[in-house]
Amino acid sequence: MLMQLTINGASKEADVEPRLLLVHLIRENLLLTGTHIGCDTTSCGACTVLLDGRPVKSCTVFAVQANGRTVSTVEGLEQNGVLHAVQEGFTKEHGLQCGFCTPGMMMTSVALLERNAAPTELQIRQAISGNLCRCTGYVNIVKAIQYASTKMGEAKAEKQPATAGRA
Amino acid sequence: MIPAAFEYEAPTELAQAIDRLAKFGGEAKVLAGGQSLIPLMKFRLAQPARIIDLNRIAGLAYVRENGDLRIGALTRETDLEESAVIRERYAIIADTAAVIADPIVRNLATVGGNVAHADPANDHPATLLALRASVVARGKGGERVISIDDFFVDTFTTSLAPDEIVTEIRIPRAQTQSGGAYIKLERKVGDFAIVGVAAHLQLDERGNVATAGIGLTNVGPTAIRARGAEDALRGRAPDDKAIAVAAEAAAAESQPVADLRGPAEYKRDVVRVLTTRALRRAVARAKGGK
Repeated sequence: MLMQLTINGASKEADVEPRLLLVHLIRENLLLTGTHIGCDTTSCGACTVLLDGRPVKSCTVFAVQANGRTVSTVEGLEQNGVLHAVQEGFTKEHGLQCGFCTPGMMMTSVALLERNAAPTELQIRQAISGNLCRCTGYVNIVKAIQYASTKMGEAKAEKQPATAGRA
Repeated sequence: MIPAAFEYEAPTELAQAIDRLAKFGGEAKVLAGGQSLIPLMKFRLAQPARIIDLNRIAGLAYVRENGDLRIGALTRETDLEESAVIRERYAIIADTAAVIADPIVRNLATVGGNVAHADPANDHPATLLALRASVVARGKGGERVISIDDFFVDTFTTSLAPDEIVTEIRIPRAQTQSGGAYIKLERKVGDFAIVGVAAHLQLDERGNVATAGIGLTNVGPTAIRARGAEDALRGRAPDDKAIAVAAEAAAAESQPVADLRGPAEYKRDVVRVLTTRALRRAVARAKGGK
C-alpha cells in the first residue's frame, strides 16, 4: 500500500505492507534509527514518537495509520545544529546512563512541555510513567526535564512578545 | 513481533465501515485505538484477515452533556481524562481514565475499544456498570441501545452482532447528592488491575442511599456487578457499618482466580478493601467533597 507521511518536516512516500509497524517503517525504511525498539509489547516506551504532536508507542501503531499524518522522532529535535532544550537538559543533568530509553523519554518530554510549560515534579513523573528506564535513572531524567522547562521558559521570556515557538 | 498479513481499509463514513464489516463478518476486525488489538495481533493471538480502521471516520470522538452524558466511541482516554465536564461532574470516570495503561497508551486508546474488547481486566466496564450506562451500537439494522448489564457475555465476548460497531457510551446525567469513585490496585503503571472497584452512590434527602452501583474489575470472566453489595446499601445510611457489610458482600460475590497477580483469597480480600475505600470516597463526593 502506497502511503505518505511528513517526518521531521520532510514528506516521505513508502510502499508498505499493512502489517508493517510504524517503528519498522521509521527504522528500516526511512533509516531513522534513533527511535529504539525495546520491549516490543507496548510497555517500555523506547519507541515513543510524536504522531500529530502526541506521544505514541510506534511498536503499537501500523505504519499505514500514519498515512497523511505528521511524525516527529528524536532526529528532528536538533535544529540548525542547536540541540533542543530537552536534549541539552539530558546532557547537562546526566539524564541518561545506557541511553536506550532516551529517545522515547525525550519525545515524551517534548510533548509534555508543549502542553505544560512548567510541570510540577509529580506531573513530570506521571507524564513519563509509560517510559521505562532500565537503569532506573529517573532522578536525573526528572532534573533534565526541569532543566528544559526552565530553559524554554527563559527563552520565551527573552523573546517577549514572542509569536511562535519552535516548529 | 510481526503480525500475520491482513487486508487493510480505512473508510471515512460509518455506514461504509458497517457495510464492510457486514460483508466480511468474522473475517474482519475493527481497529480503533489498537492498543489491545495490535498487541494481540503481534502475539498472533488474533489473526484477522481484514482490518477496518475507524480512525478516518469523523464525528465519533466527543464528550457532551445535554440531558445525559454521551461519550463518542473514538474518544481517546487522554481526552476523556482532560475533559472539563468529566473532571468536574463525573469524577469516577476521570478516576478510571487516569489509571488505564499508561499516559502514552492513553493517547491512542479509546473508550469504545476498552468496552468492546470485553476484557475483564479493562477498567471502563466496572465503572459503566456502577453508573448504569448504556452502549450504543450501529449495524445494518440501524442503531441499538444496549444496557451495560446485557453487553458483556463472557471474556472477550459481547452481545454485539457481527456487523455492529460501538458508536457511543451513554451515562445517566449526574444528579446532586450523587458521587462515585474508581480505585484500582496495580503492580505498576501500565499493568492490568489486580482488582479494581467502581462505586457510585445516589443519596436521598436524608442522606441515605437511594441507589448504589458497584462494579468489579478482573475478578470474574467479565467485569461484574456486585448486586449483593448494592442491595446491602440501599435505604441505609452509608456509614462505616453499612460500608463494611457491603464490602464483605462484594468480596463474597467476586470470582477471582489465582494467577501471577496473586492467589484468589488475596484478591478477594482486596475486593473488600477497595470496595470500602471506593464507597467512602463516593460518599464524600456525593456530599460535595473531592
